[in-house]
Amino acid sequence: MTETIHSPVEMALTHAHIEERLKEKFPDVVSEFEEPYGMLSFTVPREMNLKVLQFLYEDPELQFRFLTDLTAVHYPDKPGAELAVVYHLHNLVDNVRLRMKLFTDIRTPDVFTACRLFAGANWMERETYDFFGINFVGHPNLKRILNVDEMDYFPMLKQYPLEDQSRKDKDDQMFGRN
Amino acid sequence: MTEQHIKLQQDSLQKETTTLNLGPTHPVTHGVFQNILEMDGERVVGATSTVGYIHRAFEKLAERRPFYQITPLTDRMNYCSSPINNIGWQLTVEKLLGLRVPKRVDYMRVIIMELARISDHLICNSVVGVDSGAYSGFLYLMQYRELIYEIYEEICGSRLTTNIGRIGGFERNFNDTVFRKLDKFLKEYPGVLSEFERLFNRNRIFMDRTIGAGPISAERALNYSFTGPNLRAAGVDYDVRVTQPYCSYEEFDLKIPVGKTGDCYDRFLVRNQEMWESMSLIRQALQKMEKEPSEVFHADAPAYYLAPKPDVYTKMEALIYHFKIIMGEIDAPVGEVYHAVEGANGELGFYLISDGGRTPYRLHFRRPCFIYYQAFPELVHNALLSDAVICLSSLNLIAGELDA
Repeated sequence: MTETIHSPVEMALTHAHIEERLKEKFPDVVSEFEEPYGMLSFTVPREMNLKVLQFLYEDPELQFRFLTDLTAVHYPDKPGAELAVVYHLHNLVDNVRLRMKLFTDIRTPDVFTACRLFAGANWMERETYDFFGINFVGHPNLKRILNVDEMDYFPMLKQYPLEDQSRKDKDDQMFGRN
Repeated sequence: MTEQHIKLQQDSLQKETTTLNLGPTHPVTHGVFQNILEMDGERVVGATSTVGYIHRAFEKLAERRPFYQITPLTDRMNYCSSPINNIGWQLTVEKLLGLRVPKRVDYMRVIIMELARISDHLICNSVVGVDSGAYSGFLYLMQYRELIYEIYEEICGSRLTTNIGRIGGFERNFNDTVFRKLDKFLKEYPGVLSEFERLFNRNRIFMDRTIGAGPISAERALNYSFTGPNLRAAGVDYDVRVTQPYCSYEEFDLKIPVGKTGDCYDRFLVRNQEMWESMSLIRQALQKMEKEPSEVFHADAPAYYLAPKPDVYTKMEALIYHFKIIMGEIDAPVGEVYHAVEGANGELGFYLISDGGRTPYRLHFRRPCFIYYQAFPELVHNALLSDAVICLSSLNLIAGELDA
């Protein structure tokens, strides 16, 4: 067994450079570049997710080859873009993280699967399907993973409130809820 | 190495394999999850994992809870090292609020998190021993988990599901008993751990059982998004404490042990070595703490940190803040935060979206266990059933973290 001694890795790859590379490769496609809390974040059209992921993976400078996390968010107030799928990627060489988002409508939530690029995406996508109903096109085994197979709705959607709304013994207004 | 026993055609409707259910309540799973194994004699030719038996919808629950009430939910993910989950969540909220905590709080958190890492690795490694037929190591180490739990008890009053600390610091300062017990732990545990290593590391039977069992290459491990000791055993020196330091980890002298083959033996060695590293980190943190003012144990942030009870009863301002915090009326900024800590099993991430309300708009837990468990069928393909059992325990699968 060997040991390595480390000091925090310097960021060689800057956010501006990633942004530039993406805009150069996908003009007018990648948008909404932001840096909330120091993490580069951007949005892609939903049919482009795989192309952008693949570019980020294969480009010798970018090398985003580690899929940290994949999940979804429901925004019921955004008609036509109710569901967001969020990817967190990590370049382990230059130690840079980024967040990629795409939006889809809730009636046809079809998004290409990332399973062929990342073996780890398999269960993460199953979990996202299970809770939000995102249909990952091309997924080898897209079925429920944490909920029971018989469930016929997607429980993390905002229209399913957590508490029983018929209860009368709690006056929510008194507690700042509404 | 493996002979082809099955003589039937690929798509034949007949079958020669045996289906074996390993779990959900089998003793070797050490938790509630199921593996449906297809066996050719004693060899595993296919595995299907089923999880979700203890899914408790934490992400949904979190959408109705004020930030401080989410800490006890995180306890129940990796319950072998709940303080890391608690503090990871508190750090996420502090990042969202832009709250800075004093250095002494950082060091106190390092001590608690490293104790938790030791208690987690200690269970995992001694259980690998139990599953390979060596029970005594488990009993030696278990005594020291008890000591660690007594230290938690002094600080937060509970042992397994700790709910330790608060947003902004700790609920109370470390008392003399804590320091005494820490000293006792640091004095006695190295002897016990070396004895444990002497029992196992060069033990012929143990080596034969674990070397080459459930291996994974660095490339596959990365592709499967492995993190933590399981990734490091495959030879990748990725550790969140070093790449994205939190809690002043950048000030510490920290070595990352790595393995080569990613098999059960390397995972075992990496975890043992990490326990030594954790002890060194605790010693360093204790030294650093001496230079800090000893009465500081939380940030001076009355809007986020609960005031002491006597003040609540006697001072107007403390009472107002107490009420606001308890009712979840703190003003959280609108924003998206991803914060990761090095949990005992790997990168434990919190993806928090706040819309400025009293609860998170969305909270997602990146649970290392859930992500690496999907590699299990690949790890045990063509392995013997007994290797599959060792592989399960050396991955350190915690059902609570699988299901969230």
